[in-house]
Amino acid sequence: MTGLYTLFLKEVLRFFKVSLQTILSPLVTTLLYLLIFSHVLEAHVHVYPGVSYTAFLVPGLVMMAMLQNAFANSSSSLIQSKMTGNIVFILLPPFAYWEFYAAYVAASVVRGLVVGLGVGVGGLWFADLPLAHPFWLLAFAVLGCAVLGAAGILASLWADDYDKMAAVQNFIIVPLTFLSGVFYSIHSLPPFWQAVSRYNPFFYLIDGFRYGFFGVSDVSPAEGLLIVAVCYLALSLATLQLLRSGYKLRK
Amino acid sequence: MIPALHVQSVHKRFGDLHALRGIDLTVEQGEFFALLGPNGAGKTTLISLLAGLSRATSGRLAVMGRDVVDDYRQARRALGVVPQELVYDSFFTVREVLRFQSGYFGIRRNDAWIDELLENLGLADKADAYVRNLSGGMKRRVLVAQALVHKPAVVVLDEPTAGVDVELRQSLWEFIRRLNREGHTIVLTTHYLEEAETLCQRIALLKQGQIIALDTTANLLASHATSQVALRLDPPRLPEALRARLCAAEGEMFRLALQSCGELEGVLASLREAGVAVRDLEVVKPDLEEVFLELVK
Ligand SMILES: Nc1ncnc2c1ncn2[C@@H]1O[C@H](COP(=O)(O)OP(=O)(O)OP(=O)(O)O)[C@@H](O)[C@H]1O
Ligand SMILES: [Mg+2]
Repeated sequence: MTGLYTLFLKEVLRFFKVSLQTILSPLVTTLLYLLIFSHVLEAHVHVYPGVSYTAFLVPGLVMMAMLQNAFANSSSSLIQSKMTGNIVFILLPPFAYWEFYAAYVAASVVRGLVVGLGVGVGGLWFADLPLAHPFWLLAFAVLGCAVLGAAGILASLWADDYDKMAAVQNFIIVPLTFLSGVFYSIHSLPPFWQAVSRYNPFFYLIDGFRYGFFGVSDVSPAEGLLIVAVCYLALSLATLQLLRSGYKLRK
Repeated sequence: MIPALHVQSVHKRFGDLHALRGIDLTVEQGEFFALLGPNGAGKTTLISLLAGLSRATSGRLAVMGRDVVDDYRQARRALGVVPQELVYDSFFTVREVLRFQSGYFGIRRNDAWIDELLENLGLADKADAYVRNLSGGMKRRVLVAQALVHKPAVVVLDEPTAGVDVELRQSLWEFIRRLNREGHTIVLTTHYLEEAETLCQRIALLKQGQIIALDTTANLLASHATSQVALRLDPPRLPEALRARLCAAEGEMFRLALQSCGELEGVLASLREAGVAVRDLEVVKPDLEEVFLELVK
């Protein structure tokens, strides 16, 4: 297990070494969203009874930040290694493909949780948050980061250059996070878009994560967690299969 | 004894390009072996297959008897590779990089050996410098250190001395020789043929994906190249009897081929008969460069 642990540690140290960019900057961006949206919409939007819009917004933004950063961690690390060629240092040692996978996903989860914790603590300054079900909260947080960590590996395996990587980020990950109910409850959407939202796994992550705070959600948390878990499994199996075959890594 | 490297009818294609065309090669444990060949011959490709960085289209490869595909974990533990490309991780210092690389191979506390590596590779005062801030030659030394952190039985160096200054080249080879004496098998590629000639016991010459010569360095030198004698003649005129030996002539300088040094007697006798005086004479021993050029032609 020393190999796996070392790779994990290296990946965690990598983002801590550039924490201005990997932790502080997403923190500031997210808190700016919070500042502006809560200021503009506080008086106009009410989603759950007894929950202010700002309080509703905080968990959504925390989850969004966690998901985007978990994805950014594995994907940027791997695409950089691929492009600069220093991926050989990972390919030469006797790593099993699943160790490779586990180390990158675990580091993504750590990055996601660190950023999420930062945004959450920052958010407390704007609104008081209850903690109805900490277990559900944690389960959705960890699983959400793991899904995006795995997606980051998958995307960086496929992408041949930074441009393709940015395309995945900007045309898949960002839209999916924005259109998942971070800023609104899907019940406020027209029926068509409500139905579409149900095909977005990020929706279940944010909805379930909110349940952890408020004890209310659009979908039952157990159903949400199951759907997300199935997504995670499918994504992981695909990623593991590609790693095993050496797809674009061992030509 | 199990061979250090065993390569059996290996082919590698990149699309239409047939980069390796049926390579068979055995390197015994403890050998100091050179893999030579012109640019694009397939040296790096063969090394990539051994290291598992790339997969053979057909054929089998084993390191210390371990198949590089079926038993890749043991095969990779037995192998240390210095890649040809100057790659580095810009986030970390030299020591951090070496600690990580040790950990990847399952070695927890390795600082004693890391210090020894740093010392021998002239990196001791750079241990806490970021690799990205080192000069090219220094980065190359870090690559050598990274390949050796796990004390691999077989060390493969893909042009380790490209861009490295004379002093380090000497100390690097001194260190690699020591590893060889201690039982490590060494395989190197280089375009500095005198390095291969002085260091390596055996040489494989690769051309367009095929091994065109595989022999001891001594045999290759003996069988494929002739000695020459360079003469300054007065008057500058070559007797008819020596025309067949002429390799090159420039002004009063003539270079003649000799199958062996014993033939020098006859050459001098012919000159004396023709009344030509020898003002200067130098016997030029064959070197690997000539053998190389002749074989690769
Ligand atoms: N990933 C790849 N995709 C396509 N072709 C490749 C790839 N890697 C190597 N080749 C081709 O295979 C051939 C052998 O290349 P290789 O790098 O093994 O040569 P080499 O003997 O190491 O040369 P050099 O002395 O320049 O390092 C070359 O024609 C090269 O263009
Ligand atoms: Mg090469």
